[in-house]
Amino acid sequence: MEITLTHYLVLSTVLFSIGLIGVMRRKNLLMLFFATEILLNSVNVALVAISHYYGDFTGQMFAFFIIAIAASEVAVGLGLLVLWFKRYNTIDLDNMTQMKG
Amino acid sequence: MLFEFLAFYMFAILTVAMFWITVTTSHSLYALTALAAGMLFISAFYFMLNADFMGVVQIIVYAGAVMALYSFGMMFFDTTRELHEKKTNSALVFGLGVMSALVTVAMVAAPIIGGNIEAQNPIVEGIGNSQAIGMVLFTKYLVPFEVAAVMLLVAMIAGIVMAGKKMDESYSELSEDEIDTKNAELIS
Repeated sequence: MEITLTHYLVLSTVLFSIGLIGVMRRKNLLMLFFATEILLNSVNVALVAISHYYGDFTGQMFAFFIIAIAASEVAVGLGLLVLWFKRYNTIDLDNMTQMKG
Repeated sequence: MLFEFLAFYMFAILTVAMFWITVTTSHSLYALTALAAGMLFISAFYFMLNADFMGVVQIIVYAGAVMALYSFGMMFFDTTRELHEKKTNSALVFGLGVMSALVTVAMVAAPIIGGNIEAQNPIVEGIGNSQAIGMVLFTKYLVPFEVAAVMLLVAMIAGIVMAGKKMDESYSELSEDEIDTKNAELIS
């Protein structure tokens, strides 16, 4: 009945897989951003759980910096997305083929 | 012990359900609200793991700031439109599936292999979590903390500069024809 580290790691893996499914099947770029947020959060859960069960603060510190990075990623990414939408009136991934070789 | 058990499973099921809705729904507003709820439920795990500071940061930054940013961003996009799904490339699905299976094995096996890990910044009894985080953050991680602050400032300025272009002319005050000509100018 006791919750161990393995429980948290399995939960984190399930959340990571859900995020990967989202990355694979989404075409709308905003929805793709949501899937990356899920990926980042699942990793944070694993880091904080390991930090608790090993009695070490390093995991919580890394999770803290990951949150800071995620916040700045959202700011820059959403800015780019708004700019793209104003110019092309769509944020579908399939229309972004300018860099196709 | 029973309380912890029940709380873990309840929040695990809720979080997985919310994130599943986020990646499968065809309404972007449902996806946004489900993501916000999932972020809140994630913070419950942090409180269960005695990481109070991380729980509060999760609520403020993710459920507060990031979700507000997304909902502001969604005002620019056509959110009523049905979302179309990508036709998946089977080689990509196979590769990512193998990769996630490997990640699963590695994550579950890591504590077994790393049985003799020593704590670098041990958690001290009798000090609150936020206080202890502050002591570690402002001694050992001071330089990364300052770099993160500069990075957030750069991201803020970049967001304002990119999203704020042509904010002086309001599209809602223009007629349909004027908007069409403006869009044609932008595309060409």
